[in-house]
Amino acid sequence: MNYVGSDLRVVGTRPVRPDGVDKVTGRAMFGADMVLPGMLWGKVKRSPHAHARIVSIDASKALALPGVRAIVTAADLPDIPSEEAFVGEGPMNFRDLSRNCMARDKVLYEGHAVAAVAAGSQAICDAALELIDVTYEVLPYVIDVDAAMADDAPVLHEDLYTANVEPKPTKPSNIAKRVYFNKGNVAEGFKQAEIIVEGHYTTEPVHQAYIEPHACLCSYGADGQCTVYSSSQGHFMVRSYVAKLLGIEISNIRATPAEIGGGFGGKTLVYLEPLALVLSKKCGRPVKMQMTREEVFRASGPTSGAVMDVKIGARKDGTIVAAQHVLKYQAGAFPGSPIQPGCMCGFAMYDLPNVEVTGYDVVSNRPKVAAYRAPGAPIASFAVECAMDDLARKLGMDPIELREKNGARNGTKTHYGPTHQNIGYLATLEAAKNSAHWKSPLKPGQGRGIATGFWFNIGGESSAAVHVAEDGTVVAVSGSPDIGGSRASIGMMVAETLQVAADKVRTIVADTASIGFTHVTGGSRVTFATGMAATMAAEKVVEQLKQRAAMIWDITPDAVDWRDGAAHPAGTNAGAFEPLSLAEIALKAARTGGPVTSEVSVNAQGAGPGFGAHICDVEVDKETGQVTIVRYTAVQDVGRAIHPSYVEGQIQGGAVQGIGWALNEEYIYDKNGKMDNPGFLDYRCPVASDLPMIEAIMVEIPNPRHPFGARGVGEVPIVPPMAAVGNAIRDAIGLRMESLPMSPPKVRKALDVANGDD
Amino acid sequence: MSKHHVTTQINGEPVEFLCETQQTMLDTLRDVLGLTGSKEGCASGDCGACTIIVDGKIVCSCLMLGVEAEGSSITTIEGIAQGDHLHPVQQKFLEHAALQCGFCTPGFIVAAKALLDENPNPTETEARYWLAGNLCRCTGYDKIIRAVMDAAAEMRGEAVR
Amino acid sequence: MPKVVISGNSCQRFTGGKSELEVAATTFRRLVLELEQRYPGLGRQVEEGMAVAIDGEIYQDAYSAELRPDSEIVLIPKIGGG
Repeated sequence: MNYVGSDLRVVGTRPVRPDGVDKVTGRAMFGADMVLPGMLWGKVKRSPHAHARIVSIDASKALALPGVRAIVTAADLPDIPSEEAFVGEGPMNFRDLSRNCMARDKVLYEGHAVAAVAAGSQAICDAALELIDVTYEVLPYVIDVDAAMADDAPVLHEDLYTANVEPKPTKPSNIAKRVYFNKGNVAEGFKQAEIIVEGHYTTEPVHQAYIEPHACLCSYGADGQCTVYSSSQGHFMVRSYVAKLLGIEISNIRATPAEIGGGFGGKTLVYLEPLALVLSKKCGRPVKMQMTREEVFRASGPTSGAVMDVKIGARKDGTIVAAQHVLKYQAGAFPGSPIQPGCMCGFAMYDLPNVEVTGYDVVSNRPKVAAYRAPGAPIASFAVECAMDDLARKLGMDPIELREKNGARNGTKTHYGPTHQNIGYLATLEAAKNSAHWKSPLKPGQGRGIATGFWFNIGGESSAAVHVAEDGTVVAVSGSPDIGGSRASIGMMVAETLQVAADKVRTIVADTASIGFTHVTGGSRVTFATGMAATMAAEKVVEQLKQRAAMIWDITPDAVDWRDGAAHPAGTNAGAFEPLSLAEIALKAARTGGPVTSEVSVNAQGAGPGFGAHICDVEVDKETGQVTIVRYTAVQDVGRAIHPSYVEGQIQGGAVQGIGWALNEEYIYDKNGKMDNPGFLDYRCPVASDLPMIEAIMVEIPNPRHPFGARGVGEVPIVPPMAAVGNAIRDAIGLRMESLPMSPPKVRKALDVANGDD
Repeated sequence: MSKHHVTTQINGEPVEFLCETQQTMLDTLRDVLGLTGSKEGCASGDCGACTIIVDGKIVCSCLMLGVEAEGSSITTIEGIAQGDHLHPVQQKFLEHAALQCGFCTPGFIVAAKALLDENPNPTETEARYWLAGNLCRCTGYDKIIRAVMDAAAEMRGEAVR
Repeated sequence: MPKVVISGNSCQRFTGGKSELEVAATTFRRLVLELEQRYPGLGRQVEEGMAVAIDGEIYQDAYSAELRPDSEIVLIPKIGGG
């Protein structure tokens, strides 16, 4: 059923989230908060080298330390063959994942795990790690993407040959694959161009920087049954991955989702759980592991750094005739950067006749890259949207007008093939143009920039259940870990369908044994897909309630209506019965057939894409190079805001992560390939005093595939900010920053160069 | 290595515990006393997720040793609400949806309470600078600041929002 | 017969460079079976690595997704997220 046009009483309001009190009182249990009797602590020994062969590991002295109960290395994990298996978020090579969790034969980045220990306390673990003797044969390393692509670069994998190139290469390479999309003919297109802009852009790797480090508590029973308690974006993914990595039957694993302290894509895979389970198996006790902040930076996947070249050509009237983009993304130690989506997203906002995009997935001696909010898109959009800004200036055109003129609309054929339908790009531009921010004057010395962005959003498998309790109150069960308030939205959609107040429905997140399979909380999919499953379950419950009422009244079910949370006779012919509330029907559940309950599993299709337009005002301190954001507005097409506060929250949070990416965040390496800034002091995320309020303007173009019209919203907001900030700086000081982050030393240097002082 | 016996007051109650020499107050709260509301985000005093109040001042409990609690009066997130009666800061965080994952929330609430205890009428800038030691990655701080300003207004007896 | 466009270059090694094919299929499942028959290995590559956009709507892992003769059918790389 579709409620898009209906009058809604719960959806669109802002009730307090069901898990809120636990979270403001410290009662909520996160990954590291759980304890079990007999629990031991586990810790990981990590490589000090960026690239080295493991010659030998001698753990004998560590094992002899009192309090040490088990030590594991790669020898304790199955050596699984290379296999592409599409479980969880996108393609995952389980051999690579296994070797990322525990190095086998070679270490490929500083921080790569080589051994793990379980002991009675964290202090004993630390002492034991010191006693594990690892002999390395240090190898030359490479980090920078251009250097990794060079012919003479140290090769990370002897069996990696560049895919999708002809003729097939005979030498192994660090270039895992080449990606190519083409529409029309760019060579011909550029011939028609009267104005051409070009740019060479570089970005540094940045981390998702969730405040909660990875943590888990795992127990391997003597009969092979395992329990996993962990902070992750998907406990079904955790279950699948550890089953695959350790050769365990899935039904022997019960994974319980802890509350999760941020993920943003970085927790859509496993690091510690397989190690904790193997340690537990060896010593017969539950093992708790948590990463330190240093370990999170050194050994869990940030996103790619990149090098890009972009070229856009247009006629004098602003019609873009050709666009070309070459992108090289770092994958880290194993193949799998988000180069494909990066190649698809950069120009997805535009209706262009001739487009050519080439991308390279390049390995180098850094931690394996993990997903980060709209993976690949923010990087590509930085280059494209800065170039669009340059183009607007060269044309003497307003930057919104340029984008409106070339903007994607319903019926636009993208450069990667499909034709856009039911999209809201022009609506977001319109809202940006009409915003108070855009209309407000700038103060002297300030600069303003605008940038836009796109993300696909996904659907996928979700399960949800709705149970009516004996007193007529309702429990909704979701398979999706709640990172951003999704329990509230799911409960609201169930309440709306049942036509009861929001607080009559309590939503919980269930473990892998208690609800059907559910894909990860990521890809902006939960409100869409799990919401869809929950709504469908609620609809089935309504049908059951009508049947039960019919039995109570002794009439046929088609003579019963469900309205305002109660059963009503459908018309006077049905009988003059008083309405039956949920509570009254629930009281007779046993006599009318049994519990009133429904579980629905879906593989949700038709997740509509999202577009965003961000406006940023900055002031640049020319002495220090510091850039201050003085005003920020993020416009986004959200389909339908189920709980507007949490939709605003996604927009604001994503925008601020983008601002951090734009201005300060980066991995800094020393001359030995070691990360110099693995902590929050020197890996500089935005803090409250860096920012103004972030205005979120929601445009609603309903997605017809969702019962309430919802679109995914979580990822789009991180796509525009870097270019919005870059374009604002360009406006303020007249200089195009081509390299992220646009940190004070770099802005200062750009000013010096421009003044001839360098 | 023998442990130290410490006598202190936590959330208004007398507490005694044993801790190791090098154990931080954060680890002591979480692993010895079972008070897991204070969180470890960095263990280096940069993120504020472990914020507690010690003798009236906010402190990163990861930068304090367990033994330093001797004779002090300590408030943790677990002591902010009075039974089932939430502190206005907690209530406003809920109303303004000032939390998404909720991990940084205990630190923010303790820090915000300390702010309003010291300065009942902060400006937005003062609130932002006071809370600059608490990192949040989910919200972008907008709704957090609104919640704190609104809690301040309510505690001053002014009209809400 | 529905016309299928393969976007990107990940299937070129199976089709010898062809990116537009006419395939007698009314569902995604049938399409995969037909492609595998015509170009061994291509069916698996498509089923495991590609999504299908039918008239602009993206379907992933959906055997029953309907392909009509007049639909725009484009195979694109699978989408994940973060």
